[in-house]
Amino acid sequence: MKRKLCAIMLAAAMTVSLAACGGSGSTGGGAGGASSGEASANSVDVQVGPTPETIDPALNSAVDGANMILHAFEGLLKFDENNDIVPGLAESYDVSDDGLTYTFHLRDGLKWSDGSDLTAADFEYSWKRVADPNTAAPYGYDLLNMVEGFDAASEGDLDALGVKAVDDSTFEVKLSDPCIYFDKIAAFAVMVPVQQAAVETGDDWTTNPDTYVTDGPYMVSEYTPGDRIVMVKNENYWDAANITFDQIVWHLIEDANASYSAYQDGTLDLIKDVPTEEIPSLEGNDEFIVAPIMGTYYVTFNTQKEPFNDPKVRKALSLAIDRDYVANTIMQGTFSPATNFVGPGVSDAAEGSSFEEVTKEKYGDYFDNSDYDANLNEAKELLAEAGYPDGTGFPEFSYLTNDASYHKPVAEYLQSAWGELGLTMTVDIQEWQTVTANRRAGNFDVARNGWVYDWDDPSNMINLLETDNGNNDGKYSSAEFDSLVDEARKSIDVDEHYDLLHQAEQVMLKDDACAPVAYYNEFWLQKSNLKGTWHSPYGYWYLMYGSKE
Amino acid sequence: MAKYIIKRILFGVATAFIVATLTFFIMNLVPGGPFLSEKAITPQAQAAMEAKYGMDKPLFQQYLTYMTDLLHGDLGESVKKRGYTINRIIAERFPVSARIGGLAILVAFCVGVPLGSIAAYTRGKVLDNIIIVFSTAGIAIPSFLSSTLMMYFLSTKWRILPSLGLSSPASYIMPVAALALYPSCYIARLMRSSMLDVIGQDYMRTARAKGVSTVSSIFKHALRNAILPVVTYMGPLMASLMTGSFIVEKIFTIPGLGHEFVGAITSRDYPLIMGTTIFLACFLIMMNVVVDIVYVFVDPRIKLK
Repeated sequence: MKRKLCAIMLAAAMTVSLAACGGSGSTGGGAGGASSGEASANSVDVQVGPTPETIDPALNSAVDGANMILHAFEGLLKFDENNDIVPGLAESYDVSDDGLTYTFHLRDGLKWSDGSDLTAADFEYSWKRVADPNTAAPYGYDLLNMVEGFDAASEGDLDALGVKAVDDSTFEVKLSDPCIYFDKIAAFAVMVPVQQAAVETGDDWTTNPDTYVTDGPYMVSEYTPGDRIVMVKNENYWDAANITFDQIVWHLIEDANASYSAYQDGTLDLIKDVPTEEIPSLEGNDEFIVAPIMGTYYVTFNTQKEPFNDPKVRKALSLAIDRDYVANTIMQGTFSPATNFVGPGVSDAAEGSSFEEVTKEKYGDYFDNSDYDANLNEAKELLAEAGYPDGTGFPEFSYLTNDASYHKPVAEYLQSAWGELGLTMTVDIQEWQTVTANRRAGNFDVARNGWVYDWDDPSNMINLLETDNGNNDGKYSSAEFDSLVDEARKSIDVDEHYDLLHQAEQVMLKDDACAPVAYYNEFWLQKSNLKGTWHSPYGYWYLMYGSKE
Repeated sequence: MAKYIIKRILFGVATAFIVATLTFFIMNLVPGGPFLSEKAITPQAQAAMEAKYGMDKPLFQQYLTYMTDLLHGDLGESVKKRGYTINRIIAERFPVSARIGGLAILVAFCVGVPLGSIAAYTRGKVLDNIIIVFSTAGIAIPSFLSSTLMMYFLSTKWRILPSLGLSSPASYIMPVAALALYPSCYIARLMRSSMLDVIGQDYMRTARAKGVSTVSSIFKHALRNAILPVVTYMGPLMASLMTGSFIVEKIFTIPGLGHEFVGAITSRDYPLIMGTTIFLACFLIMMNVVVDIVYVFVDPRIKLK
């Protein structure tokens, strides 16, 4: 008994002495401010993704990064709540009759967040920076290839680029080819102005709030990678009077369970990353919102490889997919079944119109998801016509995908669906970068693919199947399709532009160039007292005009 | 002793060199690259970037350049996190991981050593059995599970502790506990068995026979001998906990270095992969040398040769 008592006393003594030793080590203090978590009526705490790769507008290619950039910066034009283009820093703009010259008239008295003047010269600098090969802007080519002198500029001769500050408040852009959606490009997050003096302080200008000079509703007051970006209202912004939240805290959370937990304990007002296993329990909850974003989940066939070079085979495989089951059951309703290639959220010629609805009216849906059995029977017939009755003689093939989101369950579903046709498919799961490399190099039979639009024009999706497109992984090639797409690109007539794209979509659908499976949706949680914010089909949340009741 | 330490350091440098060389070549063998993304950049931009980071040179030349820079203490610049040097990433992130890891080690030591000693002194009794059961369970529970459970109960359900970041002292509790669970239990078991070993030694019996009190015999004789295996374990433990845990940092949203190890590989950020790997290797080697030195002080019987 005495021995036992001694042992306990000893243990207690050791704990106390060691804890005393450790005292000094634990006073390291907390990282970051303690500002978040306090439910201030004028501050909003959100999670839209982990630490962004960059918040340099020119270098960003990610949706979460763009979302932050659009709160810190404003370009010539911007989108409103209805996803229509409205004036941003440019009060107005004119387009020449040939559609080749855009002249933007800036507002008076524009300022950077540091109080210095913002002029058209800042736009000239910023746009040239996007074209500069030394910047290596991921979107440089897509956004500026239609601008005069882009080829020379991308070789390093920046002065050749057709952008010019005519005077302090006039910015002129000359195009080499017409671009019907150039207004949307002018509203794109990459095209916002950046301050030359700030950028030239060094490559790390975006990581320090003092050098991250902005021109939009907010400026950064604290940036701790892996933790948070705190933005405070920029009083030098031209429309600061209408900005409601004084502060936005972007919590850089990587783990969906962590963000969900922080949402539930009231730390966060809006979270993008909701654990998929929680979805069934959230359905019917007012705070759980599902809304379309512009994007299509599809299956790419290697059209250069037998038997996938046969359109009948592709069509058979495509028809054997029960899209309704994939979208609503496997993907838990977070996707919608695809009926064509271009899905909801993408505009057509008339204001407020939808490309997808026009397709339905004009051509009807390519996939009828209401009668799967009929589709399956047709698939079997097509396969027999192609020379593989009941799948006999069809080589074993593999499906290339990475393991994220619903990719693996979809792959397993495809394995069983195509098994119904008598085909043997193996699932080849590789790590993301390896999938990208192999898919681009054509080292696959059939692969998962997907595309989220960069801007609201159907060409952004349809052009992926153009013969020379860098993202045409299946190497689909059709002269008819290419010429329609090219005509649409050059057209300056809005109706004609969309009409040609409709025709092009029909060509690729009838060729079964790929198998569209589902349309992307965004699903997120947002507290019911958070009002006045909106979500756009680009996948951005606009928080600046919101409020908490 | 100085000779011994110098020898150990030289061995350490050689190990680090081999680690760096292997990492460099294996990394370049993996498909993909830092400039490959869904959004293809123009060939001109790709060429400009490759030139900027020296990736346009033959691989062996890249290796030589890298090693030369490394000798000058320059780990290069991140390819994906533009504007960040690797030195800066490590300088910003390591202290966060080290703080949490250091606290966890302290907790593990303070909990494990007394528990193990108590278990040894109450061998076969109820208390011993309780400690054994708990320490076995603690070793078996992975950190993602303990973290998630703690988060669910302590922050989501009862709202006692903050779930995110490190903004207050209370935020340290869950991550430190999650990190300390396994080593505390491991140390307790280690301590118990080595303490049992020591208690049974002749000199302990002699000490007691000569009238040395129990407390004095424990502190003067038993503890110093029994703690040696724990000291050995502390070296690799410090290296692994202080350089950050990917899982715990991810779950509790802690801006530590553990994140960077994994993130660098998935994004093929070559300089960051090299930097973090070399840093971890050097830290591990250093900790082992420190442990060897600590030995001498804990147990004068050990002579370094």
